[in-house]
Amino acid sequence: MAVVEYKDVSRIYPGSEIPAVNTLNLTVASGELLVLVGPSGSGKSTALRMLAGLEPANEGSIHIDGADVTDFEPQQRDIAMVFQNYALYPQMTVAGNMGFALKQRKVPKAEREAKVLEAARILDLEPYLDRKPKNLSGGQRQRVAMGRAIVREPKVFLMDEPLSNLDAKLRVQTRAELADLQARLGVTTVYVTHDQVEAMTMGHRVAVLKDGFLQQVDAPKELYHRPANRFVAGFIGSPAMNLIPTDRIDGKVTFGSFQVPLDAQTEKALASQPGVAFTVGIRPEHLQLVTSGIPGEVKLLEELGSESYIHVQVQHEDRDQILVVRTDGDATVSRGSTVNVGFNGPVHLFGEDGLRIE
Amino acid sequence: MADFAKPKGKGRFTSLAFTSLTWLLAGIFFFPIFWMFISGFKSELDANGAPKLFFEPTLEQYRIVTETPPGQLGFWEATTNSFIIVIVSTLIVMMLAVPTAYALTIRPVGKWMEYLFFFISTKFLPIVASILPIYILAKHFDLLSSRRLLIILYMSMNLPLAIWMLRSFFQEVPRELIEAAEIDGANLRSQMVSVILPIVAPGLAATALLCFIFAWNEYFLAVQLNTTGGETVPIWASSVVDERGQFLAKLSAASTLATLPVIVAGWVAQKRMIRGLAMGAIK
Ligand SMILES: Nc1ncnc2c1ncn2[C@@H]1O[C@H](COP(=O)(O)OP(=O)(O)OP(=O)(O)O)[C@@H](O)[C@H]1O
Ligand SMILES: [Mg+2]
Repeated sequence: MAVVEYKDVSRIYPGSEIPAVNTLNLTVASGELLVLVGPSGSGKSTALRMLAGLEPANEGSIHIDGADVTDFEPQQRDIAMVFQNYALYPQMTVAGNMGFALKQRKVPKAEREAKVLEAARILDLEPYLDRKPKNLSGGQRQRVAMGRAIVREPKVFLMDEPLSNLDAKLRVQTRAELADLQARLGVTTVYVTHDQVEAMTMGHRVAVLKDGFLQQVDAPKELYHRPANRFVAGFIGSPAMNLIPTDRIDGKVTFGSFQVPLDAQTEKALASQPGVAFTVGIRPEHLQLVTSGIPGEVKLLEELGSESYIHVQVQHEDRDQILVVRTDGDATVSRGSTVNVGFNGPVHLFGEDGLRIE
Repeated sequence: MADFAKPKGKGRFTSLAFTSLTWLLAGIFFFPIFWMFISGFKSELDANGAPKLFFEPTLEQYRIVTETPPGQLGFWEATTNSFIIVIVSTLIVMMLAVPTAYALTIRPVGKWMEYLFFFISTKFLPIVASILPIYILAKHFDLLSSRRLLIILYMSMNLPLAIWMLRSFFQEVPRELIEAAEIDGANLRSQMVSVILPIVAPGLAATALLCFIFAWNEYFLAVQLNTTGGETVPIWASSVVDERGQFLAKLSAASTLATLPVIVAGWVAQKRMIRGLAMGAIK
């Protein structure tokens, strides 16, 4: 149980001008599972590695349980980490891997073995304790890596894309198990992934990073319903939110002859905006096919069984614009046919600077 | 998978051609050694006559070459000298090269490139050019009649090579493993002993083997610098060459004896290397 704090933390790699992580301020509550998500190169791993002590912070400070650990070696931080490729010691058995950290701390053999066995029981690894990592499947290796982390009973778990080497089905299953395990153990966890579905399903809160800058930290629902800026809006949600560049004309945001419905609050905020260029965001599930709406042509049909995504090309301010519409599985449209698209849910509005207007 | 691995059609022909070529080359390299080996069991008459594959084998030459003529360098003395010099110099090389390779790869010191280049640059000078200064220094420090001189020289001869070789093996150690060990609370010693060295073990074996072979076979320095007290096996083997009588069979027997330790060392190291490699990749 520990609180983790980043205070104005920056990391500039030698030979680089641009910080990989830029003045990061972030607090992870005790027992929380916080997910760091962002596209490749956004600085997620760097942020995590600074917390682990594997990468120095050029500016700012990092605190674990109130103690400034910025200048601590990894050995002194009492954290455990699960690596993307698991980084299991190849010459040691599963038991050896899991007990290694305890051995370093001179925990007596009997106690060590008991703890390893306990962790192995939790992770269903008992039959494999005497095997070498190379004789395990990917999923089993992943569990050994987890086991190595939990026997330590550390203050904080760090995980850098721990599921990305598993196949899709196993990933979904392990994701749930991992979240459950974390909740049971109650250990503060920072979890890095580039997969927004993983972030949304696992995180108590999710921190979105882009180009080294923290974009937004919020509970998954909040991120989904109130993305703080255009980037978060486009990044969270699958398929992605429709983001439509739009001009404000006569104080209204319109689609040809179709006026985008805005709630009163947003309308008021919009009125006080100086610019005229905006972005309208609407999620596919908040669009529907109607009898009278924005006319367009079906360009692509993605049928997933329970639901379908229809890519409709509409005319918008003299440009072609694709709108993705979610419908239930038994939609009867076909490619090339003409449909009408209507709004069926909240509309997000982003200003010229990309920030949310409300 | 199995289907892909099986060469087909043109692929099979190419594979056959390569296999034959490999055997041919191996045969060419092996033949002189084979000839040396059987010649050691011939009489001088057979060895010096027309080449013969079938003859009456005799251990006579081995008896002669291992016998010490009074006042001359004997087989056992030379072997003892060689083993002491080679093993001690190789041990020192490994003890120095392992930390150096660590400092040049895993936690690179500043300007590591320059250090690396410096080490190899010591090999640029032809040994002939440095023999005189070495001789003068050795004489000055009174090293000319002991094993110590060759230990020092073989150590300096092999050290750059060992550092370069070990460096390439150390580079193969996945960063994450060392990081995982650090996070697991392992100090430097423990990281080295428990994580790094087991992974580079095949590399250590290969490097030590090479140092062993180079030192064992070294002839030029041994001949030029040793007057008494530190003669090695190559010197003994060449001493069999008799300017008056016939010596081919005796020389073959002596050479076979001189080669034996290298073969044994190679065999042992190979087992170690394969075991190390079989220990598995990091995945
Ligand atoms: N050792 C390094 N030296 C120099 N630059 C680095 C180093 N490691 C990362 N970077 C740079 O820092 C930035 C952030 O990298 P980081 O690895 O933190 O990204 P990430 O969000 O983890 O990406 P991914 O999802 O691909 O793992 C990238 O632009 C990367 O090129
Ligand atoms: Mg990363």
